[in-house]
Amino acid sequence: MPPHPRTAILNARLLDPDSRLDQRGSLLIDGGKIADHGPGLFRDGVPEGVEVIDADGACVAPGLVDLRAQVGEPGHEDNETLKTASQAAAAGGVTALACLPDTDPVIDDVAGLEFIARRAREVRLVKVFAYAGITRDLGGKELTEMGLLAEAGAVGFTDGGKAVADALVMQRALSYASIWGRPILQHPEEPRLSGSGAMNSGEIATRLGLSGIPAHSEVIMLERDLRLVEATGGRYHAADISTAESVAVIRAAKRRGLKITCDTAPPYFTLTERDVGDYRTFFKLSPPLRGEDDRQAIVEGLADGTIDCITSDHLPWNQDAKRVPFAQAAFGSVGLETLLPLTLDLVHKGHMSLLDALATVTVKPAAILGLNLGRLRTGAAADLVIFDAERPWRVDAEALHSKSKNSCFDKHPVQGRVLRTLVDGRTVFTLAPARAG
Amino acid sequence: MRFPHRHLLGIEGLSPAQINTILDLADTYVDQNRSPNKKSDVLRGKTVVNLFFENSTRTRTSFELAAKRLGGDAINMSVDGSSVKKGETLLDTATTLNAMHLDVLVVRHPESGAVKLLADKVNCAVISGGDGAHEHPTQALLDALTIRRNKGRLDGLTVTICGDILHSRVARSNIQLLNIMGARVRVVAPPTLLPRAIGELSVEVHHDMATGLKDADIVMMLRLQMERMQGQFVPSVREYYHFFGLDYEKLAAAKPDALIMHPGPMNRGVEIDSLVADDINRSVILQQVEFGVAVRMACLDLLTQHGRNDPA
Repeated sequence: MPPHPRTAILNARLLDPDSRLDQRGSLLIDGGKIADHGPGLFRDGVPEGVEVIDADGACVAPGLVDLRAQVGEPGHEDNETLKTASQAAAAGGVTALACLPDTDPVIDDVAGLEFIARRAREVRLVKVFAYAGITRDLGGKELTEMGLLAEAGAVGFTDGGKAVADALVMQRALSYASIWGRPILQHPEEPRLSGSGAMNSGEIATRLGLSGIPAHSEVIMLERDLRLVEATGGRYHAADISTAESVAVIRAAKRRGLKITCDTAPPYFTLTERDVGDYRTFFKLSPPLRGEDDRQAIVEGLADGTIDCITSDHLPWNQDAKRVPFAQAAFGSVGLETLLPLTLDLVHKGHMSLLDALATVTVKPAAILGLNLGRLRTGAAADLVIFDAERPWRVDAEALHSKSKNSCFDKHPVQGRVLRTLVDGRTVFTLAPARAG
Repeated sequence: MRFPHRHLLGIEGLSPAQINTILDLADTYVDQNRSPNKKSDVLRGKTVVNLFFENSTRTRTSFELAAKRLGGDAINMSVDGSSVKKGETLLDTATTLNAMHLDVLVVRHPESGAVKLLADKVNCAVISGGDGAHEHPTQALLDALTIRRNKGRLDGLTVTICGDILHSRVARSNIQLLNIMGARVRVVAPPTLLPRAIGELSVEVHHDMATGLKDADIVMMLRLQMERMQGQFVPSVREYYHFFGLDYEKLAAAKPDALIMHPGPMNRGVEIDSLVADDINRSVILQQVEFGVAVRMACLDLLTQHGRNDPA
C-alpha cells in the first residue's frame, strides 16, 4: 500500500476559471490534493499503483461551490436530509455547499453549527458549511452571537428566506459582523410590500387572480441596504437577484466603488412568470419568476459581471407542500442537480465564456465565503467535477437524488452532464452507465 | 493660582496649564484627606448644592464630602425631592436657585447640554457632575490625577479606553483631557458601541483587544449597561465578555506595569474579570475613588476663589 492513494485523470480538458486555464492534459491526485497537472504529465506512462480515470476528452474543473442550499436538517427531514442533499450535490458536481439557517430549530447558536458539522462528518460526501442567523430565531430584532458563531465556523450570516426588515438592526448587523470579516447575506425583499403575494405582480397575476409580489419590493430593500453598507462599510451580499431594476442598482453601486456582491439562481435567467401557466406550484419561487425583460437583464448582469455568482437556491419540499392551491403552496425548487447544466446553458447560448460561467459557481462563491476552494491548481484540495459540456439530456424530477422532487426544471431539455464528482480525491458520484447514453 | 473659568462644564476649552493647576491643587488635598484633621475652611460660608437629575451615589457623595471637607455647606437635591417632578422647567429651577444665593451648583443631568442650559441662567458657579453622553469633567480629572500620581506624567503615555464609548461621557471627557495633555489615546469596542465619527476625535480605533491593548500604559474599562447587551448593541453578555471583557489573557498584550482603571460601578464578569479588578498590583480603581474627592475639592476651591483674598 502506498502512503496515499493516488489517482490519475487522463485525457482531460483542464479548466480553472481562477487562472484562466483551458488546456488538454492530465491531472494527478495524491493524498486528496492536486499534486500536478498539465499537458506533459504521464507522457511516459502512468506509474505503478496509480488508479486511472480516463476522462475521454471531458472537462475537468473545480467542483462547484454552492452559496445557498437548504439541506432539510434539522427539522425538515421529511423534505430532505443532509445525506440526500449531499447525494444530490455530488450528482450535480457540487463539492461544497453552504446551508441556510432557516431550519427547525433555526441555526442561531453554536450548538446548531456543531450539529451541522457533525452530520456532515457522518455523511461524508461533499463539504458542508453553514450560515448562522443574523438575528435570534431569525426574528429580525436581536443580533446573534456573531463573534462566537464566526469562531465556531459560520461562513456568513443570513436570515435565509427572510429579509432583515428593520433598518437599525441591519445597520448594526453590518457594523458588528464586519469585525469578523464574514458577509451578511440578505434576501432583499420589503416584507410589507410582498405581503401575502404568491407570484410576480403583473398581467398574469392579475389574470390568475393571485396576489402579486411587486418587483419594487426587491429593489427598495436593496437600495436601502446599499445605503447602510455605505454608512457602515459592512460586507454585504444580496441573494437571489431577480429583477432588471436590481441589476441596474447593483451595477451602479459597483461602479461607484461599493464592495458588494450578489447572486442569482438558474430560474431567474431561464424561466419567466409565463411558466407559472395554469397555477403550476412547482414554479412558485421566492423571489417569484419575473418578466422576460427581467430575465434578459439577469443574463446581461451575469455576462458583464454585475452578478457575481449563480447558486442552486436548493429548497426541497415534499409533495404535500406543493399539491395545494397556488396561494397556499410553499415557495421554492430543488436545484443542486441542475445548477451546472443550466449555468452551461449561458455558454451554449453565447452569453458567457465557459471559464466565466464556471467562475460564477466555483472560485467566486468560494471567495465570498472566505474558502480556499473552487480552484484547480497544484496543492489545492482535489474537489473536482468531470463533465461533458455538450451532452444533451432531459431533466427528470423522479430521477433526482434529492429526497424531494419539486424541480421547476422537470422535463426541461439541458446540455451538459456531470460524469463524475470527486471530493478530496474520493469519487462521490459516478454517472450510471445505463443513463450515460 | 488663578483659574479664569466661571464654570467647569467640560474638559473642552481647558489648557494644559489649567488642568495642571487643578491637579497640583488636588495633590495637596490628597494629603489633607489623609491627615488626621481632614477639614479646612476654604469654603467657609459658602453654599454648595448637588442637583442630580440622574441617580448617583458615588459622584454625589464625593462632591458632598469635598464641600464638607472644605468647610462649606453642602445640600443634596435629587429629582424625587425637587419640583422637577411637579412640572417645573429647568429654567424655572435656575431662577429659584438664584433666589437662594448659592455659591456652587453641581449638576448631573441625563440629557447632553442640559448642564450648559442651567449654567447660562444661574448666578453661581456650576460644575458638571455629568451631562448625558457629553462630558463628565471631574471624572476625567480624577483619572488624570490617578495616572499622574502613579506614572509621574501624562504626556507620551498610551491610554486605551475599552467598552461602551457610544454612550459614555467619561470616554468623551477622557479623550479630550488625554489629548490636551499629550497622551496617545486608543479606543477598543465593537463598531456598534462606537460613535461613527470617533476616529475624528484624535483617537486610534480598534475592534480587537489584542491590538488595542498592545503596549498600553493605561487600560480604562467602561461600564456596559445591562440593557444594551440583549441583542441590540451587543448580542449577549457571554459574547461581550469573550471578546471585550478584560481578563489576564487580554491584559497580557499591555505593558507589564499597565494600570487598570474603571469609573465604577463595575459589572464583574461583563466588562472586567473579578481577579483583574481586584489585582492590588495593577488595579487603581479604589485610588480613583480616593482622588475623586481631592479633585472635586480642588474644583470647588478654584471656582470660589473669585471674591476671596488672592494668595499672591
